[in-house]
Amino acid sequence: MVRLKDLSQRYCIVGVGNTAYGMNPGVSQLAHNVLAIRGALEDAGLEASDLDGVLTKAPTSTFPMLWAPRVAEALRVVPRVTGTLDQAGASNIGLIQYAISAIELGQAEMIAISYGDNPRTGTRASYARPRGDDALAGLFGAPSSYAMIARRHMHEYGTTHEQLGNVAITHRHHASMNPNAQYQDSITMEDYAHSRWVAEPFHLLDCCPVSDGGAAYVVTTEARARSLRTAPVYIEGLGQGHPAWDFYRRGELATSGAKVSGEVAFRSAGLGPTEIDFCEIYDCFTIVPLITLEEYGFCAKGEGGAFYEGSRTQVGGELPCNTSGGLLSETGMPGTQLVVEAVRQLRGECGPRQVAGAEVGLVSQQGGIMTTHATMILSTGGA
Amino acid sequence: MAARTPAVTMPEFEPLLPELTDLNRAYWEGLAAGEVRLQRCRRCGAYQYPPESFCYHCPGTELAWEAVRGHGEVYSFIVVHQRYHPAFGEHLPYVVATVQLDEGPRMLGAMFEQPASISIGMRVRPRIERVTEDRAALFFAPEEG
Repeated sequence: MVRLKDLSQRYCIVGVGNTAYGMNPGVSQLAHNVLAIRGALEDAGLEASDLDGVLTKAPTSTFPMLWAPRVAEALRVVPRVTGTLDQAGASNIGLIQYAISAIELGQAEMIAISYGDNPRTGTRASYARPRGDDALAGLFGAPSSYAMIARRHMHEYGTTHEQLGNVAITHRHHASMNPNAQYQDSITMEDYAHSRWVAEPFHLLDCCPVSDGGAAYVVTTEARARSLRTAPVYIEGLGQGHPAWDFYRRGELATSGAKVSGEVAFRSAGLGPTEIDFCEIYDCFTIVPLITLEEYGFCAKGEGGAFYEGSRTQVGGELPCNTSGGLLSETGMPGTQLVVEAVRQLRGECGPRQVAGAEVGLVSQQGGIMTTHATMILSTGGA
Repeated sequence: MAARTPAVTMPEFEPLLPELTDLNRAYWEGLAAGEVRLQRCRRCGAYQYPPESFCYHCPGTELAWEAVRGHGEVYSFIVVHQRYHPAFGEHLPYVVATVQLDEGPRMLGAMFEQPASISIGMRVRPRIERVTEDRAALFFAPEEG
């Protein structure tokens, strides 16, 4: 077995920031990135001039070239390290891996990572584009492809609509305690079941919204982190695992890259599922947290639906999941906000939705149609 | 005139027809001739879709087009209710199936039966409909009936 480098207590996230989520007319893609990074710098007590690296996940709605250099220019930073990673949602963690590599190589020490986009008020054509020759098959938009995965999971394991509904209701409940969430009104199983069909088995409330927004974080060494004003949050483990193939050609559709990326992340952290206090899971659709928890080993394969029943995944439960409301309710932005929430939880800043005694949190990110996957385990460093 | 050309049955899908390329031409010409054609590797014998100039399964780079039955089994399916594209507007709600072809490849295909009649594991056959005078498109239908 490959020996993994021990990351624990060496690299930290020292600042997090975000723009308002939802509908922000007149706020450009560039502005969402710049304002989120400025927020993260302010949070850490840093200036833009302290940055020697700027990394971005490209806006989903337009995918411009050479995006990170443009963000750096707008910040008036001339970075030693920059770039954009193409792993879709998994890039939110993949970029942290890139940042750590740059720090290890001595190329940079203080690196901002951001994502910002405005598909709600700008263009959202890319969200419903036909998939090449598959347009004639009638497959448009991400909900359709994820619904195909959900149907297969329901077929193989008996997962029910109510179990999917529990995910939407739980995450909305958490969003009701988050003043920055796009949707804060609690929903009932009746609301869920009566929301219109998008692509069966998905109702509207199985799907995350299309949102404007930006979020950012700053990664540095433990030594630099100690001199800053916020409590450092430690990167304990990282992992990646990529099913990679187009979803309908995968041998087993009701699985994900979380199995491999989770194994690597747990091993690199020297931790296991029982030591995780909360999870922030890329919940673009309700089926995803169920499959993700199964693949990580929090429950047996096929039992994700049962795992979400009751209050286990609520704040106050055994394993709170998506404490800010996640993609389903906080903002449909593709995942950067989950890292921000995990950091705030570990710093104890989350008010009514705070997980009591949170010391170790897990962030799950994925991109495409469960095409890519990355896992990160964060901790308070035992502070 | 045009007696030998079957009638155009689904003209609404014309805007979705992809442009013909060196790679996909044989596939679309096959549909226009009323048959499903897949690439087959001359080295290992595997069928493949979508077309490429190399075999996905072995080092082979010689591929021949063959007419196949194109029957298979529904591996998963959805029922689309949202009006994503006007071409499908009059067909709402319609089924999109992931079809495991007997020949090996998986394909996606629309089905226009009552959604309640579709289930995972059901046998399906190709349903080829003429979209323009010289182009046709592939859908699927239950094997029975």
